[in-house]
Amino acid sequence: MTETTKTPAPDAVPTPPALRGLIRLPSSAARALVLGGGIATAASAFLAWTWTDEFPGDLTINGYPGGLQWLTFTAGVLTALFALAAYGIRGLGWLLPARNNAPLVLGALGGFSVTWFTVIAISVELGGVVNLEPGGWVAAIASLLPVIGAFALPQERTGTDGTKEALKAYVAKPDRIPAARATAPWVQRAVITVVTIIGLGVFTYGIDTEYGELFVGYLFVVVFAMWALHTAGLLDRFSALVAANRSFTLAMGFAAAIAFPFTQTDDHYANIGVNILIFGTVALGLNIVVGLAGLLDLGYVAFLGVGAYTAALVSGSEFSTISGVHLPFWASALAGAAASLVFGVLIGAPTLRLRGDYLAIVTLGFGEIFRIAVNNMDGQSGPDVTNGPNGIPSIPDLKIFGFNFGQAHDIGGFTLGRFANYYLLMVLIMAIVVLVYTRAADSRIGRSWIAIREDETAATAMGINGFRVKLIAFALGAALAGLAGTVSAHVTYSVVPTPYQFAGSTPPNSAFLLAAVVLGGMGTVAGPLLGAALLYLLPEKLVFLQEKSLLAFGIALILLMRFRPEGIIANRRRQLEFHETGQLDVPKQTTLTDEPAVTKAGA
Amino acid sequence: MRFGGLTAVRSVDFTVNAGEIVGLIGPNGAGKTTFFNCLTGLYVPTEGTVSYKGTVLPPKPHLVTQAGIARTFQNIRLFANMTVLENVLVGRHTRTKEGLWSALLRGPGFKKAEHASEERAMELLEFIGLAHKRDHLARNLPYGEQRKLEIARALASEPGLLLLDEPTAGMNPQETRATEELVFAIRDKGIAVLLIEHDMRFVFNLSDRVAVLVQGEKLVEGTSEVVQADERVIAAYLGEPFEGDPGEAEAAEVEAAEAAADATSSTKGEAK
Repeated sequence: MTETTKTPAPDAVPTPPALRGLIRLPSSAARALVLGGGIATAASAFLAWTWTDEFPGDLTINGYPGGLQWLTFTAGVLTALFALAAYGIRGLGWLLPARNNAPLVLGALGGFSVTWFTVIAISVELGGVVNLEPGGWVAAIASLLPVIGAFALPQERTGTDGTKEALKAYVAKPDRIPAARATAPWVQRAVITVVTIIGLGVFTYGIDTEYGELFVGYLFVVVFAMWALHTAGLLDRFSALVAANRSFTLAMGFAAAIAFPFTQTDDHYANIGVNILIFGTVALGLNIVVGLAGLLDLGYVAFLGVGAYTAALVSGSEFSTISGVHLPFWASALAGAAASLVFGVLIGAPTLRLRGDYLAIVTLGFGEIFRIAVNNMDGQSGPDVTNGPNGIPSIPDLKIFGFNFGQAHDIGGFTLGRFANYYLLMVLIMAIVVLVYTRAADSRIGRSWIAIREDETAATAMGINGFRVKLIAFALGAALAGLAGTVSAHVTYSVVPTPYQFAGSTPPNSAFLLAAVVLGGMGTVAGPLLGAALLYLLPEKLVFLQEKSLLAFGIALILLMRFRPEGIIANRRRQLEFHETGQLDVPKQTTLTDEPAVTKAGA
Repeated sequence: MRFGGLTAVRSVDFTVNAGEIVGLIGPNGAGKTTFFNCLTGLYVPTEGTVSYKGTVLPPKPHLVTQAGIARTFQNIRLFANMTVLENVLVGRHTRTKEGLWSALLRGPGFKKAEHASEERAMELLEFIGLAHKRDHLARNLPYGEQRKLEIARALASEPGLLLLDEPTAGMNPQETRATEELVFAIRDKGIAVLLIEHDMRFVFNLSDRVAVLVQGEKLVEGTSEVVQADERVIAAYLGEPFEGDPGEAEAAEVEAAEAAADATSSTKGEAK
């Protein structure tokens, strides 16, 4: 045993790894192949790929790309740009700061995957490869070329054993990304603005995809493109830029969020937008409980329900058991948040004495108790409060300062439909929640939450009243969910008990909320929002997954936990928790003055 | 303090005066850490009370810290994924009172309190010599510095009595000497120190008084000389001679047997 593992090491160390690709080609030819292939891929999008417009998106027109062809075009252009940057063309150097080949590989793979997915989808859906026009074949071959070229490029770590290692080296991010040159503040802000606009465009495109195939292709391109940018080190550079201009970026983010409904012509997509926002806001509230204080809450959706039911009861709906009461929105929002807060304290006070798994089980139970109780408070099996399974229908639309949310409004030539109105209200609520989250996290109370999460015994020994601090986190999270619930009651016209369960096939439910937080990245602001957007869009767009969506999520979560346990957007603390690379992680300014190393040597 | 049928610490009467360094020693399993846990409220004593400056302390860790007793742990319990500065700031928790509302509203009071906390924390980091590492994560510090940081975190709660549970465990002689200096410096600030330690030279150099705990009971208490001369202490650490003590004849027999065994198994020993 020992011999088999030991022998490769001495061999590999003295001989420096030969710089050659997996596929034997001269490196100049390989590079040219990537560039030419990228351009060819982009060009092939202009050909007709199939003869009939039965395949969605109409890929039959020569000279103009449609649907999935746009995605192929984008990926081709991206690959070509990276290839040009690798040639050292002036003005493109910023694309490849580390001069590594991984972005080329990933860009090529993005184009390849989306093109081949389209070609295969055409063949399968229309029944056979005969349905492919010559353009389809050309695209398939053209998109394969840059992949071959990219894998023929020299790779530093290919000298070691095994194909698996070699493949890993092709998509690995270099250890050191050269630092960006210092730029003027207005340049930084311009870059952030441009990136925000591109981001809004990409996000809007994803929401507006009309059919499942397009969404799958979109995911392929986005995932590979982001991965390529990550390995190129551009994401690191951008996050450094964001860190330097934090408030400006936040303002741009909200400007982009507000701009979204103005880009929409169909209110259906604004509806998706508002649902994502509600889901995301609740996930962010859960992030306080789970991400900061480390309390695993499996019944969190109940607080959304409490907020929604409270708002419905005081909305003036004729089916409400207190139908005479009609509070203005600010009052009902406060009432919803307050009711959730009270429930949070009531549920938290007995359960927060438990730790870990026990807390998770008890909160799971309380979540179900809420749904069952609401189901039974119909006047027959219990007091008449919630109308039981029928819920409270026909909740009137909101009116704030004479602005009726139920009607379409024309603002500066843009028409804002009903859902767009609610979307803008939700942006405001989300801004409040983001503000609460960031401010609470960076304070005495936020530090004590993190301390409790890290080591509860040590935290209490440092004078933190664990129970009190945890109860504050629990109640704050509940109040934020209740606030979101008050809007959601008005958006959906009616409130019924069924969505407020532990697990279901559509968000929001407790399992999805938790998945959004874990998937996106615990302890970050952007993470849960991204996770919520993904988890809402996937079942919405991929109609064929509908029945198996829970299975798909299970698989996705397992894969994520295996390969990126800290979530898509990683918090620095979390990342260190899961990867033992922490020893290298030292702040820049102190690396030169490391005194203890000297004192130790003297010992 | 009893755990079911096991009595871990029994009727230990113990006083630490202001500005005093007191050592607590005893063989492994004597109940030293249990005694500490009783003092700091991590365990609720089955019988007896802990009083500080004349008031009886409730057995709640955060109230004990609030009252002015801070502690470190035998196995370092820092907040590993927080920075050095944040660790010390957490220690300031009991001496600040900004709640959720002030954090959300961010009034002038909040900024002032945060600023004052940070200043105080930096002072402490200067004191223990870790100021230059304020933004490092606690988990990335070398072992000795983690120990120091834990002391700084405890000092941040402005205690009148500091409990150190084996502060030099796992340290090299040089680091141990540095810790000795540190404990003296802490005493010079007017803070009384009670420490558990196995390094006898360290304890006897440092302590004004030493108490010995054996099998949950206090055996002897007094100055270093008194304790060092006490026969019962030596017996507790080294054991006592017993009646069937092996004589010289038996010892020779055992040696011969061992030599024979060695001859047969020498090859095996080398392979290892």
